[in-house]
Amino acid sequence: MYGNLSIVDTPVGQQPADDPELLAAFEARIDRGEKIEPHDWMPAEYRRQLIRMIEQHAHSEIIGALPEGTWITRAPGFKRKMALMAKVQDEVGHAQLLYSAAETLGKPREAMIDDLLNGKSKYSNVFNYPAVTWADTAVIAWLIDAGAIINQHTNAKGSYGPYCRALDRICIEESFHLKYGYDNVVTLATGTPTQRAMLQEALNRWWRPIMHFHGPPDKASQHTEKLVRWKVKMATNDEMRQEFLESYVPKIWDLGLTVPDPNLRKNSETGQWEFSDPDWDEFKRVINGNGPCNAERLAVRRMAEEQGRWVRQALRKPNHAYVAPLS
Amino acid sequence: MNEAAINNLITQFADDALIIAHRNSEWTGLGPLLEEDIAFSSIAQDKLGHAQALYNILHTNFGGPSPDAGAFTRDESQFRCCHLVELPIGDYAFSLMRHFLYDAAEWVRYEALESSTFVPLAQLARKIKGEIKYHLFHAKTWVVQLGAQGNEESHARMQSALNETFALALGMFEPSEFDGELAAAGIYPGEQQVQQRWLELIAPVIEQATLQLPSVEEIDRSASYGGRKGYHTEHLQPMLNEMTEVYRIDPTAEW
Repeated sequence: MYGNLSIVDTPVGQQPADDPELLAAFEARIDRGEKIEPHDWMPAEYRRQLIRMIEQHAHSEIIGALPEGTWITRAPGFKRKMALMAKVQDEVGHAQLLYSAAETLGKPREAMIDDLLNGKSKYSNVFNYPAVTWADTAVIAWLIDAGAIINQHTNAKGSYGPYCRALDRICIEESFHLKYGYDNVVTLATGTPTQRAMLQEALNRWWRPIMHFHGPPDKASQHTEKLVRWKVKMATNDEMRQEFLESYVPKIWDLGLTVPDPNLRKNSETGQWEFSDPDWDEFKRVINGNGPCNAERLAVRRMAEEQGRWVRQALRKPNHAYVAPLS
Repeated sequence: MNEAAINNLITQFADDALIIAHRNSEWTGLGPLLEEDIAFSSIAQDKLGHAQALYNILHTNFGGPSPDAGAFTRDESQFRCCHLVELPIGDYAFSLMRHFLYDAAEWVRYEALESSTFVPLAQLARKIKGEIKYHLFHAKTWVVQLGAQGNEESHARMQSALNETFALALGMFEPSEFDGELAAAGIYPGEQQVQQRWLELIAPVIEQATLQLPSVEEIDRSASYGGRKGYHTEHLQPMLNEMTEVYRIDPTAEW
């Protein structure tokens, strides 16, 4: 699962200028639709933004395993317990794939995890909210994973080969998560009054984080034209949010559920979905570390890293140097 | 038909598998490295499947409860799992050593059950054994790696985990009043024989890992017995409370 973060940060000053001939050849390859591979020449800024983006995506997968992971031990019945185990395991597997993809650009996995723990590197905001009941896990598996698929399908058409290939595989697994989530939601929606109420409450809790999921509106977001040209950024936040609303709001309504936004509607003239301002100040507060679960998520991750350190140290061979994977 | 004996035997194995699956799944998201998170989760999923299939044998052959009802509505006194599987995950060395000792026992058990005269169990054993092979391979690789090829700290942690889990592991082989009947009917050879084969299987691996196997004779087994009779550690009931928290909201609802 992955929400689109504001992937652009201010460039580090003093970067050497790229050789204009190499840059022109690189851009021509991208224009022709070719993929860039790890040992190909690439602009320093392209490498930096990709590491940042893939790393954040990987962090989102391991942190994203936590809110749902806490429900594995409480899942009701064999079928749900088995499916949730497999689903969360997939998310951890995605982190593994993505860290490997980012490593091809020269940053080791441990350095990325260090940056997650020291707060230098972000992860998807949505995982800073708690999964309060079993129904929350159903809503997450259906709608958060649906949002993630839209984002990942889009990014899979980008220019960096290892990331695109990882995303292709991830999307196949995510589409199963979506089926699992939908099945879970339908079971609750058509179940007892208590189950139905649980589900509606969970949807109410998650609607705002869902609206935040694809990132701030385009007018407030600072993408550079360059990242679009280099096929690092493949669609705008608003485009992806519209695609999500177009696909899923009718399905939510079909189940007899309500969306907690009286202004949500499709404008028949523009074809665009309109909605209330989902409080972008809250989004900023949470992404800056002040959400309901930021501290807890990082504390759990830190504990896991610390408790597992002796195992990783026991695997180290003093004579082995770090080698970035090829692809 | 030795219904009571078979019921007791299968309930023990199913309960063991369910509880170890639950415990192993607690590593999801918390493993010492991502690859181990993933491995423990796969093993947990397999064990959960084994438990379900075993409960299902009781359900279809003897009219026992459905797997869900059997697993999610009993209290601890009705469980027949051994104490080894009940303990919290502890540190990775504890979970890994438990995984090794437990899977070695499962290997021996299912090998014996392949030729059981109770056909549904023999058929299932053949299927399950193919999975246990990989569980045991995983456990052995790590036990040897951390015991013999790691460093002083990993060796010390593994030895202390072995000391802690070995006595508990002997509780897997708590004798049952049905042992004689099951052996006579060719259903299951009995715990004494299984324990002996288990010791023969683990000893060379422990030696390869440069660890010291505690002496069976010097261990007071009474502390690790009781699980097969419904007497459990203080960890089981809280775990069951957690496991059934959602199911109990409405046990008649479909989840």
